[in-house]
Amino acid sequence: MNLYKFSSPKVFYPLAGSIFKYTLLPSIFFLVVGLYISFFLAPTDFQQGEAYRIIFIHVPAAWMSMIIYMAMAFWNIVGFSLKSKLSFMMSRALAPTGAIFTFIALITGAFWGRPMWGAWWVWDARLTSELILLFLYIGYIALVMSFDDSKRGERVGAIYSIVSVINVPIIYFSVIWWNTLHQGASVSFNKAPSMAAMIVEGMLVMMLAFWTYSIAVVMLRIRRIIVEYQEEMLLMNHTTEG
Amino acid sequence: MKTLKILKALFGRELKLIFRNQSDLFTTFFFFIIVCSLFPFGVKPSSELLPQIGPGMIWISALLASTVSNARFLLSDFNDGSLEQIFLAPIPSTLIIYVKVFVQWLTTGFPLLIVAPILSLQFGLKYQEIMVLMISLVIGTPLLTLIGALGSALTLGGRGGGGLVAILVLPLYIPVLIFGVGSVLSYSSGISPETSFLVLSAILVFALVFLPYAIALSIKLALE
Repeated sequence: MNLYKFSSPKVFYPLAGSIFKYTLLPSIFFLVVGLYISFFLAPTDFQQGEAYRIIFIHVPAAWMSMIIYMAMAFWNIVGFSLKSKLSFMMSRALAPTGAIFTFIALITGAFWGRPMWGAWWVWDARLTSELILLFLYIGYIALVMSFDDSKRGERVGAIYSIVSVINVPIIYFSVIWWNTLHQGASVSFNKAPSMAAMIVEGMLVMMLAFWTYSIAVVMLRIRRIIVEYQEEMLLMNHTTEG
Repeated sequence: MKTLKILKALFGRELKLIFRNQSDLFTTFFFFIIVCSLFPFGVKPSSELLPQIGPGMIWISALLASTVSNARFLLSDFNDGSLEQIFLAPIPSTLIIYVKVFVQWLTTGFPLLIVAPILSLQFGLKYQEIMVLMISLVIGTPLLTLIGALGSALTLGGRGGGGLVAILVLPLYIPVLIFGVGSVLSYSSGISPETSFLVLSAILVFALVFLPYAIALSIKLALE
C-alpha cells in the first residue's frame, strides 16, 4: 500500500473523518475513567492533601502543550522537504489545540501553586517557559491568520514554528539549567517513580484521554481546513475565468 | 569577484538609502533613550533600586527599540519592488541577507551601543558593571537585529503590520534578554559573567548560520 497517497487532501478527507469517529468515543471513555481514578481511587497525598489531584490534568496538559508544538514543527519540516500541502494544514490544525492545552497547564499550575507555594504565580523557569510557549502559539496563529491566502500563511507560519521550536527543549531542560523553585520531574522512566501506582495509572489514563481528544479534534479541524481550501481554490478559479 | 562587487554595490545602496532618510535613524536612537528614561518615572527613583533594575531596563529598551526599527526593515524595499530586483542578483540570497542585516545593525543597533554607557550612568551603574553590560550588548544587539529581520520578513505581504512583528519577535528575544541581563546580575553578585557571554555567543553563532536561510525563505515566499 502506498501511504503517500494520503498526502493528497482529497484522499485524506474521508480518512480524517473515520479517524475522528474512532478516537472520539475512546477519548470520552478515557476521560471518564481517568477522572474517576484521579478523584476517587487515587490516595490522598500525605504532604499535599487533596489539592495535589490537580496534577492529573496539569501534567498531561503540559505534556500535550509541548508535544503538539514539536509535532507542528515536525509536520512543517515534512511539508518543506516533501512539498506536501497537507503537512502544513496539519500544523495549522494542531495549533489551537496546543494553545488550549498550554493555557490549561498554566491555569491549573496557578491553582496548584496557590496552596502549595502560597502564590498564584512564581517566576520560575518552567512556568515562564510555558508562558513563552503560549506566546509562541499565539504568534503562530496570528501570523497564519494575517494572510488572506491560506497557502502562504501556512508556509510562513511553518518557518516561524520551525525557528521557535528551539524553545521547547529549553522548556524541558530549564529545570536542570536554572535550578529553581519548581520541583523536579516526578515521572521518569529510568528509576522507580516516586508516586503511588494508582496516581501513575490515573495520569497515564488522562494522558490517553488527552491524546485521543487531540487527534479527534485535529481531524475535525483539518477537514474544515480542506473544505475552506477547496472553496478558496474555486473562488480563485472563478475570478480568473470571469 | 563578481559576487563581491554585487555585495559592495548592495552595501553602498543600503547605506545611502538610510542616510538619505535619516528620520528612521533618529527614531530608533531617540526611542531607545526616551524609553530608558521613562522607567525611573515608573518606579521609585531611589539610589538602591535603580542600579539593580538598570541593566534590565536598558536591555528591555533595546528590545523595544529593535522591534520598532525592524517592523519596517524590509517593508519599503518590498513595497516598491526593489527587494524582488535585488533577489534576482546572481548571488546566494543568504549573502544578500547578511549585507542587509549588517547595515540594519550598523544603523539601528550600533547607535544604541554608543549611548548605552551614558544611560547606565543615569541608573547609577558602576564602571565595571557598565563594561559587562556593554559586552553583553555588543554580542546581543546583532542577535536582536537578526531575529527582528526574521519577524519583518515573515510578515511581508500580510495584513499584520508592526504589532504582529512585535508579537512574533518579542518571545524569541527572551533568551537574549535572560542571558544579557544575567551577565550583569551575576557580575554584581560576585560570579563571573563569562557563562552568560558564552551562551549569548553560542546563540549568536547559531543564529548567524541558520537564520539567514529562514529569512531568505520567508522573503522568497513573499515574492512568489
